[in-house]
Amino acid sequence: MSYETLQAYWWIIVSLLAALFVFLMFVQGGQTLLKQLSKTDMERSLLVNSIGRKWDLTFTTLVTFGGAFFASFPLFYSTSFGGAYWVWTLILFSFIIQAVSYEYRTKASNFLGRKTYDTFLFINGVLAPVLVGAAVGTFFTGSAFSVDRMNITNIADPVISRWETATHGLEAALNITNLSLGLALLFLSRVLAMLYFINNIDNENIIKRSAKKLKLCSSAFLVFFLLFVGLILTKEGFAVDPDTKLVFMEKFKYLHNLIEMPIVLVLFLIGVVGVLYGIFLGAFKTSPKGIWFAGTGTVLTVLAVLMLAGFNNTAFYPSTFDLQSSLTIENASSSKYTLTAMSWVSLLVPVVIAYIWYAWKSLSKNKVSEADIENDSMKY
Amino acid sequence: MEHFDLALVDWSRAQFALTALYHWIFVPLTLGLSFIVAFMHTFYYKTRDEKWKVMTKFWMKLFGINFAIGVATGIILEFEFGLNWSNYSWIVGDIFGAPLAIEGILAFFLESTFIAVMFFGWGRVSKKFHMLSSWFVAFGSNLSALWILIANAWMQNPVGTKFNPDTARNEMVNFFDVALSQTAVFKFLHTISQAYIIGALFVISVSAWFLLKNRHLLFAKRSILIAAVFGLIASIFVAFTGDSSAYDVAHKQPMKLAAMEGLYDGEKNADLYALGFLNDRTDNLNFKGIRLPSMLSIMAFRDADAFVPGVNDLVNGNEEQGILSAETRMEKGRIAIQALADYKTAKKDGNTELANSNLKLFEKNYPHFGYGYFKNNEDIVPNVPLTFYSFHIMVALGLFFIAFFACLLYASIKDKLVKNKFVLRISVWSILLGYIATELGWIVAEVGRQPWTIQDLLPVGVSTSHLSVGSVQTTFFMFFALFTVLLIAEIKILMAQIKKGPEEGGSHV
Repeated sequence: MSYETLQAYWWIIVSLLAALFVFLMFVQGGQTLLKQLSKTDMERSLLVNSIGRKWDLTFTTLVTFGGAFFASFPLFYSTSFGGAYWVWTLILFSFIIQAVSYEYRTKASNFLGRKTYDTFLFINGVLAPVLVGAAVGTFFTGSAFSVDRMNITNIADPVISRWETATHGLEAALNITNLSLGLALLFLSRVLAMLYFINNIDNENIIKRSAKKLKLCSSAFLVFFLLFVGLILTKEGFAVDPDTKLVFMEKFKYLHNLIEMPIVLVLFLIGVVGVLYGIFLGAFKTSPKGIWFAGTGTVLTVLAVLMLAGFNNTAFYPSTFDLQSSLTIENASSSKYTLTAMSWVSLLVPVVIAYIWYAWKSLSKNKVSEADIENDSMKY
Repeated sequence: MEHFDLALVDWSRAQFALTALYHWIFVPLTLGLSFIVAFMHTFYYKTRDEKWKVMTKFWMKLFGINFAIGVATGIILEFEFGLNWSNYSWIVGDIFGAPLAIEGILAFFLESTFIAVMFFGWGRVSKKFHMLSSWFVAFGSNLSALWILIANAWMQNPVGTKFNPDTARNEMVNFFDVALSQTAVFKFLHTISQAYIIGALFVISVSAWFLLKNRHLLFAKRSILIAAVFGLIASIFVAFTGDSSAYDVAHKQPMKLAAMEGLYDGEKNADLYALGFLNDRTDNLNFKGIRLPSMLSIMAFRDADAFVPGVNDLVNGNEEQGILSAETRMEKGRIAIQALADYKTAKKDGNTELANSNLKLFEKNYPHFGYGYFKNNEDIVPNVPLTFYSFHIMVALGLFFIAFFACLLYASIKDKLVKNKFVLRISVWSILLGYIATELGWIVAEVGRQPWTIQDLLPVGVSTSHLSVGSVQTTFFMFFALFTVLLIAEIKILMAQIKKGPEEGGSHV
């Protein structure tokens, strides 16, 4: 494979991991619904145990996304994490407090009390989607940074990437486009959580409440999602001249990308229709199939959105401070050798997906029910 | 010199050390306990004896409590490479990123998928699949240790790589050289086998407490027997891999070896300082205590007559032994850095001839590249007392564990354990010794290699992100407070769970 093909392949893999992560953030959405969907301790326990068996998968996907992004586009990893320090730190902080909360919340002598751990889950449930959305929004809106790789020869001051705002990433959350994506992800994660509960929990009350709440939550999602899509499709974008490699502003760049890459357009449309159909199935038919349509739709939509940011001569991590510092999949990627070596490893991904699928299928033959968790000494 | 903002480097290091040391409280227990749980689960599967099931479930529960917090500290560690070490992430991301990605794809998913089956599989999946899941968890967690240790080993011994002057970074040229380097193999084996010691000590500590309280006698005796066998094998293996690691360090990181041994003036037939104290002299009269004649030369080079360089040789040079002084290397380093800059300029101007001559100059001096950033000779010396004492206490504890496990095994087989309160009391506290040894091991490895992130090529001072000291201080204290609170919670929950004992949810043993 040519270097360009490998770079494109890894952009797709990283985008796919991000898309799976967004789908799996239904766990975070569920964490914000524990109070609203339950009236008794038992009902809350059902909710927690239902998403509690999945949290580690979401978490692992995030970690793998980080590793894969580091390995394939290290200049992004070094510029964004080292620069937008605060936004990433807060995201990670919320995942630390999540990781212990399921395991510790109902254990004896747990020091902080169940309420604190449930609050931790809530904090993670809100912060993670909003801040991840804001951070990914900057793929379209840009950030203020500069990159000079040759600066390592400047013995007195060998800084390669420099962030130019003192807020180190928090400014992303103040931009309307970024924020609309963050809020869209927040409501999407809640929508997906309710569709998942309808599928996974054997309890009339929870299913009824989920179906009812879905309508309002979906509307909120749609408002912010359409706002985000409208804003990026009408805005100037960060284009790259294929010959000179210079970055310049192009009007309606992302709209052009959508039209010039019909596959992405098709993915995007199928994705959006899938999400809408899934919501319809859940909200109006209380069908357990809603999560599959909405989940698949989410993955396809996110994949399409990230392809808009990275393909068709576009800078995926643009700098508003110095246009020519913008990162493209070409200038930010690993060497051809490393991408090739990792591509061999990526051939094992289908095996990984197969065993995850098999393990979960054998584990969830029965829905999560009162009887199911009452007899389980390992329950959360 | 802005980049040598010592406060920023120090706080970035402090934050990384904090995360790593906390993470390393939980990980070795996960690695060791995962295999012990898998053994017990297998015994249950083979015998269908409910007593094994109770044991499996009890240790599995403790495993889960510990696992959660290991995951929590691990995610920070991975992202801190970018957060605090931005320059580093670009300069070596082409090599260092791949093991992290592979760790995620191959190990973490294996671990997290089957951990769910392991915990929630009781009565839900077939007994065979359930038992196999426990093994997958053990393999998954140990596989993740393999990849991250490969990454760490590469920083100590950067093989399979070449600096690309056009992209200004190191690029991988041979994946297998990176993955199978001698340093990586020894580091992996040494680290996981000592994690098994922690797992064994944990089981012994908890079980000995039961015996002292005269509770769950059969359960505790069986657990100790399994743990003593596992621990004895592991501790002997640790001694061998430790020796191999020291041999490797002698060849790849002579300064680290000198610091570990407190050796200032290099010599032939160098003595091994066995037991004693360092005083503040910087020559070979710095040590008071017992010396083993020529043993250091034997350990380092398998030859009693071999010359082992000391700190002073590496700083001031030693012509007779062909060792360059730090000053010479700094000079060559600066030549390499300047040649890289000149190459780039010449290339931009289209002056191919000048570009080529600078490239040659750069390549010739590249082995000293990292030295070019230093100003003073002393900059290349790590903290000798810290490395020396950490190393010696670790080794002493390692030898103690061999004797300890052997004694316990003997007492277990002769069924004399219950009466011997003294041994039981030591057993209860032995886990703390295990933790001291394992954390000291990391201090030896990571303090001893200073000032380098990548040996000879990239100093820590040139690796950091461009952040304000205040930002890093703030996150340091955020993480410190959070990790400490969570550690207290974990210990309290573990204690409560242990006091409850293994009956819950199973038959009385």
